[in-house]
Amino acid sequence: MQPQTITEKIVSAHAAEGSVFAGSIATVEPDVLMLNDVSGPIAFERFAETGAIGLAAPDRVVLVADHFAPASDIVGATGIQTLRAFAKHHRVAHFYEPGRGGIEHTLLDELGLIGHGTIVFGADSHTCTAGAFNALGMGFGSTDLAAALAVGRLWMRVPESIRVELTGRPGRYVTGKDVILELIRRVGVDGAAGAALEFGGPGVAELSMDERMAVANMAVEGGADTCVFEGDGISSAHMKTRGLAERAPVMADGGAAYRESIEIDLSQLSPMVAAPPSPGAAQPVETLAGQPVDQVYVGNCANGTLTDLRQVAEILRGRTIAPSVRMIVVPATQKIWRTALAEGLLDIMAAAGAAISPPTCGACFGGHMGILAAGETAIATINRNFRGRMGHPDSQVFLANAWVAAASAVTGRITPPQALSPASELRR
Amino acid sequence: MSEAIDLVSGRVHRFGNHVNTDAILPGRYLALRNPAELGAHCLENLDPGFRERVRLGDILVGGRNFGTGSSREQAVIALKAVGIRAIVVASAARIFFRNAINLGLPVLTCPDAAAALQAGDPATVSVTGGFIEQGGMRWTAQPLDGEVCAILSCGGLIARTRQILSQSLPANNMVRADG
Repeated sequence: MQPQTITEKIVSAHAAEGSVFAGSIATVEPDVLMLNDVSGPIAFERFAETGAIGLAAPDRVVLVADHFAPASDIVGATGIQTLRAFAKHHRVAHFYEPGRGGIEHTLLDELGLIGHGTIVFGADSHTCTAGAFNALGMGFGSTDLAAALAVGRLWMRVPESIRVELTGRPGRYVTGKDVILELIRRVGVDGAAGAALEFGGPGVAELSMDERMAVANMAVEGGADTCVFEGDGISSAHMKTRGLAERAPVMADGGAAYRESIEIDLSQLSPMVAAPPSPGAAQPVETLAGQPVDQVYVGNCANGTLTDLRQVAEILRGRTIAPSVRMIVVPATQKIWRTALAEGLLDIMAAAGAAISPPTCGACFGGHMGILAAGETAIATINRNFRGRMGHPDSQVFLANAWVAAASAVTGRITPPQALSPASELRR
Repeated sequence: MSEAIDLVSGRVHRFGNHVNTDAILPGRYLALRNPAELGAHCLENLDPGFRERVRLGDILVGGRNFGTGSSREQAVIALKAVGIRAIVVASAARIFFRNAINLGLPVLTCPDAAAALQAGDPATVSVTGGFIEQGGMRWTAQPLDGEVCAILSCGGLIARTRQILSQSLPANNMVRADG
């Protein structure tokens, strides 16, 4: 038997062709098909055009109203209405909207739908976030998902794999976000095209599941087809908390073929900030320190986690947000929102002057709930800083981790967290 | 339902590397459903004059990593709505490439053609022939996967899926009728 990468193994376990290898075409039956209020309505129209009467596997379908939810306007409301009606008509139990859901990629894990070796096909490019869980998530457009809804499977080219060896122990304010920003800086925004990023090595144990999500989320910003972390004791324990049956992590065979190998020593990393308009333009925060910002945004499909909110609260405790700045914090799911409330995190942020949003993709994709005007600058824990991403084409977005975002809210300028004066010296 | 696409002849509209789908269709318009409404905002941030210049049957030329970013199929719908009928690139982002093929908009990967073609050039793209022609020059594009050819020959993925469903046995054909 020819040795296989993690990616080849997971794809093979779901492929009609049996054992497949990089470069071959596989017909894959995914465990989960996920759509949202932006990709779903188009997919449902196309699904009807296929002539299929029903869904191939309704219990595998997850529908999440998160982009324009809570409904931004009548057009947005219509999209969510379409999603709701489809769920009802096709008896899709996994339908989520504000108050009972959250942002799809964070929510999917909470629902206990991602285990070691799972394959998620989602009509959203950040479906690769599932890679954090020793699973494969792949993003597609609406029509691909429509076909998958009808026949339960979809073709894909099996990607080559790039091994990313993580070593060392990260410093105080270095997070998963900094790992992926550093990786994209090195490979470029299409450096991982046609490949799966496979994260392994002793440094993996230094990253919590939330931090692994932050890494996996932006694999697509390096051009990767998908990504996957090695599983370990931490991911196994996490599966248990999600009520999943124990399943051994999927590991690469010795001698499996890798296109490239990259080492990242976590102990050498600084908190990174990616300057607009490219996620590949990361620099150590120190080099961009002093850049004024108008808005600070903490949230998105992998950086509105409890870990991020705790970091923000730790910075904001006993401090206030600079008068020149507004800060918007978006807990990624209802469950995270409630836990943050119970832990007192939301109150610390609100007392400091932050606006707390319900879970939504919101302004991360330039939809609503924090859009930038011409000439404005934001620092945000999101995944894209393309021109006009959060609003006006003449606004700009810097990408950073939650520590840096919160510290920048305090001063009104991009600020390394360690540069803040101790909160105890501040007037309460 | 769409038909198989072969020859496309039109003027070239040229763009650079890493043109992302936010640039092709900004996020705030994603809830719009009418193709014409989406087309009205096509590439508005990157090239505000584009919609005035583009004509039915025109060819979009892009550099590396064309269509990177969001999976929004609305980007392809918008390009089709304004008249683009073929795309020639140095390389295309995976999801954008699939979306375009699925909607019957051929994407040919050919770095030499993408480098040579200039804005306003009249050019011809042959999908089945896998080549691009302009001013006596001919470039051969990278061959398409068999499944991609099958989708394009049907005119798109939905037509292809109809074909698969109708060829299947009734048992696994129209799936389960319990919906």
